Formats: sequence, C-alpha cells, structure tokens
Amino acid sequence: MIPAEYYLVLAALMFFIGVFGFFTRRNLLAMLISTELILNAIDINFAVFNAYYYPEHLEGFFFTLFAIGIAAAETAVAIAIILNVYRNLRTIRLKSIKNLKF
Amino acid sequence: MNILNLFILLPLAMLLALWAARNLRQIRSVMVVGSSLLLALSIYLTIDFISQRSAGADAPFLYAASWTWYAPLNICYSIGVDGISVAMILLSAIIVFTGTFASWRLQPLTKEFFLWYVLLSLGVFGFFISTDMFAMFMFYETALIPMYLLIGVWGSGKKEYSAMKLTLMLMGGSAFLLMGILGIYFGSGATTMNILEIAEMGNIPVNIQYIFFPLTFLGFGVLGALFPFHTWSPDGHASAPTSVSMLHAGVLMKLGGYGCFRIAMYLLPQAANDLAWIFIILTTISVVYGALSAISQTDLKYINAYSSVSHCGLVLFALLMMTRTSCTGAILQMLSHGLMTALFFALIGMIYGRTHTRDIRELSGLMKIMPFLSVGYIIAGLANLGLPGFSGFIAEMTIFVGSFEQPDLFHRCVTIIACTSIVITAVYILRVVGKILYGVCKNEHHLALTDATWDERFTVICLIACVAGLGILPMWVSNLIDGGVGNIFSIIYP
Amino acid sequence: MEFTIFILALPLLSFLVLALAGMKMPHKVAGTIGTVSLAAVAVLSYTAAALYFGGGRGADGLFPTLTPYNFVWLPLTDNLHIDMGIMLDPISVMMLIVISTVSLMVHIYSFGYMKGEKGFQRYYAFLSLFTFSMLGLVVATNIFQMYVFWELVGVSSYLLIGFYYTKKAAIAASKKAFIVTRFADLFFLVGILFYGYYAGTFSFTPDAMLLASAGAVIPVALGLMFIGGAGKSAMFPLHIWLPDAMEGPTPVSALIHAATMVVAGVYLVARMFPLFIGYAPEVLHIVAYIGAFTALYAAVVACAQTDIKRVLAFSTISQIAFMMVALGVCTSDDPHDGGLGYMASMFHLFTHAMFKGLLFLGAGSIIHAVHSNERDHMGGLRKYMPVTHITFLIACLAIAGIPPFSGFFSKDEILTACYDYSLVMGVFMSGVAALTAFYMFRLYYLIFWGNSYYESQLAQYKKGRLTEKPHAPHEAPFAMLLPLIILAVVSTLAGFIPFGEFVSSNGHAYTIHLDTAVAVSSIILAVSAIAVATAMYAKARSRVVLTVKVQGRKFLIAAYHRFYMDELWLFVTKKIIFRGISRPIAWFDKHVIDGTMDLLGKGAQRLSYSIRRLQSGNIQSYSIYFLHGVMILALILIFLV
Repeated sequence: MIPAEYYLVLAALMFFIGVFGFFTRRNLLAMLISTELILNAIDINFAVFNAYYYPEHLEGFFFTLFAIGIAAAETAVAIAIILNVYRNLRTIRLKSIKNLKF
Repeated sequence: MNILNLFILLPLAMLLALWAARNLRQIRSVMVVGSSLLLALSIYLTIDFISQRSAGADAPFLYAASWTWYAPLNICYSIGVDGISVAMILLSAIIVFTGTFASWRLQPLTKEFFLWYVLLSLGVFGFFISTDMFAMFMFYETALIPMYLLIGVWGSGKKEYSAMKLTLMLMGGSAFLLMGILGIYFGSGATTMNILEIAEMGNIPVNIQYIFFPLTFLGFGVLGALFPFHTWSPDGHASAPTSVSMLHAGVLMKLGGYGCFRIAMYLLPQAANDLAWIFIILTTISVVYGALSAISQTDLKYINAYSSVSHCGLVLFALLMMTRTSCTGAILQMLSHGLMTALFFALIGMIYGRTHTRDIRELSGLMKIMPFLSVGYIIAGLANLGLPGFSGFIAEMTIFVGSFEQPDLFHRCVTIIACTSIVITAVYILRVVGKILYGVCKNEHHLALTDATWDERFTVICLIACVAGLGILPMWVSNLIDGGVGNIFSIIYP
Repeated sequence: MEFTIFILALPLLSFLVLALAGMKMPHKVAGTIGTVSLAAVAVLSYTAAALYFGGGRGADGLFPTLTPYNFVWLPLTDNLHIDMGIMLDPISVMMLIVISTVSLMVHIYSFGYMKGEKGFQRYYAFLSLFTFSMLGLVVATNIFQMYVFWELVGVSSYLLIGFYYTKKAAIAASKKAFIVTRFADLFFLVGILFYGYYAGTFSFTPDAMLLASAGAVIPVALGLMFIGGAGKSAMFPLHIWLPDAMEGPTPVSALIHAATMVVAGVYLVARMFPLFIGYAPEVLHIVAYIGAFTALYAAVVACAQTDIKRVLAFSTISQIAFMMVALGVCTSDDPHDGGLGYMASMFHLFTHAMFKGLLFLGAGSIIHAVHSNERDHMGGLRKYMPVTHITFLIACLAIAGIPPFSGFFSKDEILTACYDYSLVMGVFMSGVAALTAFYMFRLYYLIFWGNSYYESQLAQYKKGRLTEKPHAPHEAPFAMLLPLIILAVVSTLAGFIPFGEFVSSNGHAYTIHLDTAVAVSSIILAVSAIAVATAMYAKARSRVVLTVKVQGRKFLIAAYHRFYMDELWLFVTKKIIFRGISRPIAWFDKHVIDGTMDLLGKGAQRLSYSIRRLQSGNIQSYSIYFLHGVMILALILIFLV
C-alpha cells in the first residue's frame, strides 16, 4: 500500500503550486485554475486522512464532496464574473482592472 | 403633564408640522406659531418658577421628574429646572423667536433650513431642562449636528471649511466630555447618572476628580470658546447665515458655560477648586486676547466673533473665580451676551444682506442711508461695551465685584487684567461705528439701499428691549440666578 | 424733598420722547419740549436749593444730608449692592443749581445756534440725556451710582461731540474722548472695587473701623479713583481728549466741556474729600502737584493756540486744574486751619461754570457770525457785535480775577489756600493766574480789536480781487443773546454770594474774608498781565509780538502743537496698540493657533492618505498579506502556545 506521506507530499506540492500560481499569475483564468489546484490539494488531504487514519468514519469524504460541489459552483460564478469583466473591459489582465481601487 | 416636557414636545410637533408644510406661507406660520408658543411657555415658566420660589418651594430643582430610559446603565430621562436653567431657557426662547424673524426671507430650501433650525433648538431646550448627564450629553449632540448642515448648506464664504472645522472641533470637545461623564459616572460608584444625586453623594475620589475635571471642563470649554480652542468660532460665525449665528453665539456657546458650571464644577468641586488656576489663566488670556484681536479685524462678523471669544471668556473666568457673586455674574453675562450678540449678528446680517460686503473698509456713512439699522448698531455697540442701562454693564459689574471677593494676589491680578477688556472693547466697537456708520458714503451703489423691513425692525426692537430691560431692571433676574447659584454653592461649599 | 425725583425724571422723559418720536416732530416742537422740561428742572432745582439751605442747619451746626430716595438696584454680595437714589447735601445742591442753570441757558441758546441744523431733534434728545446723567451723577448716594452715571455722561458726551457725524474730525474726536475717558474709568472702576471690598460698602460714609484695618489699600483705591476723575476732568496727561472735543457744536462745549461734565472729577474728589483727608492726605497732595503742573501746561499752550475754541478748552483745563490744586492743598477739614481749599474749589467750580459757559456761548455767537474758529478770520468785531463784546469782556475780566467780578473772589480763595500750604505753591499758582489773565486778553484783543478781517476782505472785494462779497458779521439773534446777558449778570454778581455759608470742608459755616496781601498782589499781577496783553495785541502787528515770535519760535511751535502730546497719543494707539499688539495677535491667532488646529486636521488627512495605499484593489496582494498573517499566527501557535 502506498504510504500516506506520498499523498500528503503530492497535496502539499499541489497546494503551494496553486498558491504560487495565485500570487504570481496576472490572468484571471490562470488564477482561477490555481484556486482549483488549492482546493483539490485540500480535497486530497481530506480523503487521505479519512481513508488512512479514520477508516470507520466518512466525514472526510463528505467534506471532499462538498468542496468539489462548492468549487464547481464557485467556478461557475467566477467564470461568469470573468466573462462580464471581459465583456466590459475587453481584457482579463489583472493590472487593467482598477475600478474598485481607492 | 410636566410643563418641561412641552419644551421637547413642542419642537417635535413643529418638526412634524414643518415636514407636512406645503408652501412658504405654511412654513412661516408654523415657525411663528411654534416659536411664539415656546416664548410664551418660557415666560410662563419663569413667572411660575419665581412665584413658586417665593411661595417657599426650596428644592434644588423644581418641576423635577424622571423616567427610566435604560436601566442597566442607570440612564434616565430626568428633568427639572433651577434659576439658572430658567434664565437660559428664557434666553433660548427669545433667540429662537427672534431668529425666526431674522431668517424670514431666507432662500433657498426654506423648509429644510427650518427643520434643522428647530432640531437645533430642540437640542438646546433639552439640554437645559435635563438633569441627567447622559440625557444632557445626548441633547448636546443633537444641538451640535444640525449646525454642520446649517452652516455648510446655507452659509456664505468658505462655508464647507468652516462647517467642517466647527463640527470637528466641537466633536473633539465632546469626546473629552464623554470621557469626563463616564469618569464621573464610574467614579461616583456607577449607581446613577443624575446630577443632583451625584452631587449630593459627593463621593468621587479626589485623584479621579483631578483626571476628569480637566477633561470635562475642556469638553465644555471648547464650546465656550476657551483659548486656545476658540478658532472654530470666528470662521464658523463668519460663514453661518444670520439666524444661525444668532442662535449659535446667543445660545449654543452658552451650553459650554452652563455645562462647565453644572457638570464640571458642580460634580467635581475639589478638583475645580485646586485646578482652577490653570483655567483662570487660559480664560484671562481669552478675555484680553479676544478683545485685542478684534481690534484689527476687518470683517464685521470676525470682529463680533472675537468679541464673543472675549465675552464668553469672561463667563468662564467668572465661573472659575468661584464666588457666589461672580458665578451669578457669569450666568448674567451668558444671558446678556446671548442677547447682545444675537442683536449684533442680526444687524450685521441685515447690513450684509443689503451691501453684500462685511468688510469695514468698504462700508461708510451708513447712518444716512439706513438710519434704523445704524441706530440699532450703535445701541448694540454701546450695550456691548458695557454702558449702564444695558445688560452688559450689570453682568460685568457683578463679575468684577464677585471676583474681587477673592482677596489673594493672583485673583486680584487676573481680575484687573480682565477689567482692561472694557477699554479694549470700547476701542473696537467705536472703531467700527466710526468707520461704517459715520462719515460720508463713498460707495454710490450703497446710496440706493433701503432701511429695515418690518420683520427686521421687529427682530431688532425685540432684542433691544430685552437688553435694555435686563439692564434697567436687573434685580429680578439677578435674584432668580442667585438662587440657583446659591443651591449649587451650598453643595460645593457646605 | 420728594419732588426732587422730578429733577431726574423730567430730562429722562424728555430724552425718551425726543429719541423715540423726535424725528417726526418739527424742530420747534422738539426744542420746546427739551427747553420746557429743562426750565422745569431749573425751577425745581432752585426750589430744592431754597428749601434745603432755607431749612437751616441742624443742632450740630451742619446742613443735614437728605436722601429722599434710595433703593437697592442690584444686589451683589452679602453686604455690597448698587443703590440708586437721590442724596442732597450742600455740594450736590450747589451742583444742581450749576447744572440746571447752564443747561437751561444752553437749551435756550441752541434755539438760535442750531437753527435749521439737520438732526435738531437728535441734538435736543442728547442734551436731555446728558442733563439727566449729569444730574444723576451729582445726586448719587453711593460711589457706584456715581460710576453708572459717570459712564452715561461719558456716552452722551461721545454722542454730542460726534454730532456732526459726517465730519471726519468730529468722528475722531468723539472716539478719542470716549476711549481716553474710558481708559481713566478703568482705574476708577478698579478703585471702586478695592474700596468696596475693603470698606464693605459703596456708600460715601464707610465704617471707620474697617477702613482703618484696610491699611494702605484705601489710599491706593482713592488714588485710582482720582485717576478716573483726572480722565473726566482732563488732567495732564489724560487731557488730550478735551481740546479735540471742541469739534462738537459750541453750546455743547459750553455745557459739557466747560461747565459741567469736566468738573465731575473735581466733584468726585470733593465727594470723597473726608476719606482723602482722613486716610490719604498724601494722595491729596499728589493731586495738588498734578493739578499745578496741568494748570501751567494748559496755560502755556493756551497762549499759542489760534483756534478760539481751543484756547478756551485749554483755559478750561487750566481752571479745572486750579480747582484740583485747591482741593489738593487741603491739610485738614477745618476751613480755618488748612481746609480752606475745599470751599475755594467748590466756589471756583461755581463761578467758573458761569463765566466759562459765558465765554463759550460768546465764542459760539462769534463763530455763528464769522463761520470760522480761526482767530485770523476775526478781529475788530466789537463794532459789529456789541452785546457779545461786552459779555465776553465781562467773562474775561472774571476769569482774569479782576474785582468785583466773580472769578476774583473764588480765585483769591484758591490762592490763599495755596499760600497756606506752601509759599512755592502759592507763588506758582499766582504766576499761572497771571498767565490766565494774559492769554484771555490776548484772545479778547484778537477777536474784538485789531484789524477787521471782514473789512480787509471787503476792501479786497472792492478792488475786484474777490469774486464773492464777504458776509458782514452780525449780532446773534435774541435767543442767543438772552443766555449771554443772564450769564454775564451772574458772572458779575456771583462773587458776592457768601459761599462759605453754604459749602465748607467740615460743613460748618465759614465767612469768606479776603486776605489783603494775596488779593492786592493778585490784582496787581492780573492788571499787569492784561497790560502786557494790551501792549502786544490791542493793535494789529505790534512790534513786541514780532520780537517774541522770532525769539521764541521753537517754543511757540511746540506750544502750538501742545508739546506733542497728541502725537504721543497717536504713537501709542496707532503704532503700539494697533500695529504692535493687535495685528500680531490677530496674525498669531490666524496662523499659529488656528494653524495648529488646521495642522491637526491636515495631519489626520495625510495619515489616511498614506494608509489608503493598502487598499490597492489587488486581490493578490491582499492574499499575500493574508498568507503572511496566517503564517505568523501559525508560528505563534506553534512556538508560543
């Protein structure tokens, strides 16, 4: 059986790749994708912890499912916003979206 | 039904009626009826109060009543009046009444103007009838906020700046004040907010008094134009429309002196006694400094505002002298200054409304053009410089004689310094009179101007009658006030 | 004596009527209201005086002090209160006569003098106000009532000086008069406050025990009160307002600035005389020295003035100084032993009011005729104005101290009192008295003798050098002549009043007797001074005058400019107070104090500007802050908890 640490390392890698991407990318879509990475990394963690350490419970899997569901909804909303931004500003580059700044 | 509640309910009713009013005629009638009722009510209150006192009612506060408002913090809506507050209520009613006529032709947004105006007077009346610190504070704030809009919207000159400055400085003062009030509340054991009860307990530890007396005194002192926190006053007065200047200098600044006496000195007597010298120095500076800077101003309203700084300084000065006579004099001075300044601002407003300038270098020879206003101005000036027969003389003499009751060198010196203000006052008053009223009119546009209209005449005559009445027959009002001061002194110095 | 209330009530009533309704009245009606009420006041005053002095002395040999009215006007402390009332004693009754007489004369005179002036009703209203306040001042029952009316007198003087309110000089003069006297009143007030605190009362008869225990404060208080009196009575250096006050209408100068208001200071000192003698004789002597200096100063300046009203003004200052000196040289309250000056001073006050009033009214009649105040526009007027000429001459003889005119008797008493005090003071004051005779006759000759300005103008006109025919000087109308004649008669005869029978320092009767040595020497001095004046000025362009003018040019110019006292005053007010104190304070207020407040506001604004950058709208930087925060919290949790 594959040790749990392998999964955790993978999840940590995914998480920080996601964080890195979120901080550094200047494109809204890329940022959205990074967010998905972060969420998925956490989903993996939930699933792994549940499966390896508390096999008699199912809360971890529930959380994972919830997170996937919420992520889907969130993605839908985010894409809608991004589309609207694009429609209004003809760009999805972060630098040029300043209307909500001071 | 407690008669004092009417001083709250009547303005509330006026607010509703104004809100429902459809045209100028209705607005005016609401204002005239309402303010006349308030005036009548306050006159009735005064007479009834005096007759009750002479019939032997010797409770510190008459018409006292109390309704619990918020029990956990012991906040009550407590009301009651003594001689001092009766005098102040009478003053406020007179000013509100005459102010209505002074803004008879105010444009635009007349309805909104009067709404705020009435709200302001509601706050003022509420402040004077309350005997609960929290209620007083609340009404105090109610009176301050409308000032911002009244100046900011209907003012002249750099009105936004002035309104902002005035509001911020007074709000800063009330921040101190709130601390002071809370300090008094908790210092006295957090059992009551009622002034009389706190004063009778007299259990605030001295070290706590030392902290909270300066805070409370400063908080009210800002409104009383205490040096060096007086700078809102010249700008504020200069920008405010006529009736707001009247109400502000005439009544609102009196809230400061009244509060200093009623809360700071009454509830924290030990600290007041020990720390008075600091504030005496500040107020002495106010008195002389205000008068001296009035000499070289060129804007009529600035001159009068600095004159107010000087005269209100004298109010605080007299309070801090802490003798019964000087405190009576202080209240008299509030009354007298309120009436005189209102008269002055009313006249300045009328002159400004015609000439569209308040710069004394551009005005001359108005005596020939508008004799009524000019004579009114001279009378106001003579009253202001303390001519016998007008209220200013009574107040100043009471203050000076009272201050001389303190025989030590420090009090003697500051009293004599404060006395010099009567000469300086004469200088700036006569300078203005000589420049703008006498001489030959140099501006030909001014030649075509007209004298006062009926509403203006009415305002001026009412105020002159009050100032002269107080000055010729001072005894009754002096006794009225002295009774109130005596009650306070019997608790401070048992 | 209850009717005396009408002495005060009538002028007040007439003031109120004229002030409120006067503008709608025709001139004649307004003038009549004022004059009739004043005539009634005069009758009442004479009745009061007759009843008072006719009532005889009490068992103690004194005239009783009556207070028909006295009520508390304003209670102050437990024992101090301002009372209002009427007090009749010898000097207040004497003042009632003086004021009502001169005031009535001026009211009648003004009918002619002010005829057709704009503001005629206002003029009469102010006259009534002044008379009311002055009467209230002299009958005051306590020092504070005196102060109240003192201020009212000051303001009516202000209003009357500024009567011609479109004239620049009049505005400045009225302002100056008010402010200078107000400045002096400040001292008066402080003196009253001291007195009230230590004497425990404002009345004139304090408790002797309290006063004795007050120690050095009472002399200080009395000295301060004297400064107040010095302001009103134009003692050096507070005299500067009086010459300028001549900008007012001439009858006003006669009433206020010659006969009544300016002697208020003398009256004040006389009123407080028992206290001065009892507790502060040294202050009284300072009064004498100030008075003596003022007398000389004013007399010298009077010699060099060209405006006839200014000459009279300085003469007034000098004569009031005589009265002050007379009070100041008293060393006891016994008229037989060092207290003569009190009686002399009051006597001189009485006679001076009459002849100085006459001089001013005469000057008014001259000014009315030639429309100028300058002596250059006069000369040779005796042919054109015979009545004015004779009455003026009588007044000049009276003020110069020539028997049997009234001034001789009163001045003689003053000089006797001075010689009693010290020889130096006596000789000094005799010298000033001689100077008085000199400048008065200089004035007299310049006006009535010498070359006529009118005639020279007429000659010029006939030669065709003038386009306009000059107006011939004319005698004044009857309304103006009547007061002149009445006052001339009074000035002639007043010296024979047995004044000491009524007024004396301790209240007991005192029979005036002339000191032969003093009388003879002062007559000789006066006559020789008049002779000098005659030699110099009776004929136009006498050689003596020219020599004097050349020799003493600098001195004369300095004297003409009143030894630059007014320049000093202007320097102090304009340069020091206005530019040196007031402007900097206004600047300080605007820039430093207000600047600090603005700085607070600006500082808060700056601060908020600087931290608003944090809200960049950049979600990525927000999340970096967020991450940092999370990590710091995590570290804290790991290592600290």
